[in-house]
Amino acid sequence: MNEIWRMIGQRLLLGVLTLFIISVVIFGATELLPGDLARELLGQSATEETLAALREQLGLNDPAPLRYWNWLAGVLQGDFGMSMATQKPISELVGARLGNTLFLALYAAALAVPFALLLGVLAALWRNSIFDRASNALALTAISFPEFFVAYTLILWLAQSGLFPSMVRITGSTTTGDLLYMAFLPALTLTLVVTAHMMRMTRAAIINLLASPYIEMARLKGMSPIRVVLRHAVPNALAPIINVVALNLAYLITGVVVVEVVFVYPGLGQLMIDAVSNRDIAVVQAIALIFASAYVLLNLLADVLSTITNPRLMHRK
Amino acid sequence: MTILLSIVVGLALFFMIGFAARAVLQAFAPAHHKPTFRDMPLTASFGLAVILLYIFVAVFAPLIAPYGESEVLGAQFLPWASPHYLGTDKLGRDMLTRLIYGARNTVGIAFATTALAFFVGSFLGIWAALVGGWLDQWLSRFVDALMAIPALIFSLLLLTIFGTSVLTLILVIAAVDATRVYRLARSVAQGIVVMDYIEAARLRGEGIWRLIRREILPNVMAPLVAEFGLRFCFVFLSISALSFLGLGIKPPTADWGSMVRENATLITFGDITPLLPAGAIALLTVAVNFVVDWQLHRASGLKE
Repeated sequence: MNEIWRMIGQRLLLGVLTLFIISVVIFGATELLPGDLARELLGQSATEETLAALREQLGLNDPAPLRYWNWLAGVLQGDFGMSMATQKPISELVGARLGNTLFLALYAAALAVPFALLLGVLAALWRNSIFDRASNALALTAISFPEFFVAYTLILWLAQSGLFPSMVRITGSTTTGDLLYMAFLPALTLTLVVTAHMMRMTRAAIINLLASPYIEMARLKGMSPIRVVLRHAVPNALAPIINVVALNLAYLITGVVVVEVVFVYPGLGQLMIDAVSNRDIAVVQAIALIFASAYVLLNLLADVLSTITNPRLMHRK
Repeated sequence: MTILLSIVVGLALFFMIGFAARAVLQAFAPAHHKPTFRDMPLTASFGLAVILLYIFVAVFAPLIAPYGESEVLGAQFLPWASPHYLGTDKLGRDMLTRLIYGARNTVGIAFATTALAFFVGSFLGIWAALVGGWLDQWLSRFVDALMAIPALIFSLLLLTIFGTSVLTLILVIAAVDATRVYRLARSVAQGIVVMDYIEAARLRGEGIWRLIRREILPNVMAPLVAEFGLRFCFVFLSISALSFLGLGIKPPTADWGSMVRENATLITFGDITPLLPAGAIALLTVAVNFVVDWQLHRASGLKE
């Protein structure tokens, strides 16, 4: 038991280090500009006074390490600074939308993960059958589709007939049931986009194991094929499966950007796109940091879980 | 019912194009390549045919297109009827013409970006593997740090800082993608720099540039080419996504991603016109994936 905690502690430290580096990169990216940020934001026609005022407001007169330190200290206390475009505190803008985005990502994950695992196990069980070939070809096709193509096809097909709404409007009186109904199409789009990858990896991980001697032994003693796969192959294939699931969940967190814009979903992605077109750098930095942290945390979780499921990794000398 | 019908028609087209392309390729291939094309799966020949078609349309766009790229011709959102066979868009420009020019702009920009990412990424990767030591350490740790941030998010951050224009779009996406190419090129080249003939070449006094170009590059080409196909798909999809979000290729340049965005309102009226540019993107990525899949399968030497 001790070993687990030590490993988790090590991974957590590594994760914190990664996050620190990410924050340096996200903050330091503005230093790459050849001129200064204020002139870049205001354009060539800006007067010296407005430039000076903006520099003052952004704190550009301080040296970069000091600015980074102030920014990081603020972020750690939940204060991301002010949005330049709307003149509101960023934590206020982000707060409500973060929940919406997480809801959408979790909703899509709840649909996608069981679906992909089921398809993957079935494809491995009936490999080289029509079902396997068809699902493989479909998966390869689905991976290649742009998200907005999937989204608009679903709108044309399911929202046109009035089955589901093509826009998400969240008001004070929206209940969870309403939200599940309204967010179904965005969640389905994300599901279709990520299922293919997870399914292919699940199938590959299980098929890799099916050639091992202990599977043959199980077969020879007369076990049914489905029991062989579920009892003997799946537990050993868990580590790669967990990794690919986590990778796709991380993708979900960032992949929501396009889907949110299509369905006018009030989430972080849409806020980020608006901020990018307004060149509201502080908001973009804040959201980039949030997305990157989610990405790092999910990878960390996958790392820990896949180690726990594999006794050989747990008791490594 | 219409969905079922379109699936059947799509499958029929797929088989027809696949068989036809395979027959044509086999007939015109030089003698020693004939077996390659005879054994290729239908998906691959279909993919090759589609890619060739896109290249043809992109190169000869001004000759094929009935009108000028951003010519305003009539009322907005005209239905599909002669002389505008695919209708007109939000500003009354011919949809078919813009689709054809889109092949040139969208695919061309994606190709240039991928090529740039490959040039920079593979050069730095091989260089790091060849020189080793602190240069390798610094470059690799730097690339690791950049790769810890999701690609789309990082490109959005860079686009905010440098502004959105076609040139910055190409540079930003190429920079983000070059990190992935660097990783692959470095790991492949590491297996090669320890070979005796590299040692011999060094002793002959060959410089870094010549070592990379003449000794290492020919030996890492195979995995890099397969990766080029996959990377092209990623780049193509992310450029389309950014254009769709209004942050990529700007109007009046005809581009598939922004065409979807401009005409998206039509979807709510049950008109499939906005799906055409999106479908054009999807078809090309599927085709490239099919061909890459075939090449990887061939390179791995597996038989069915």
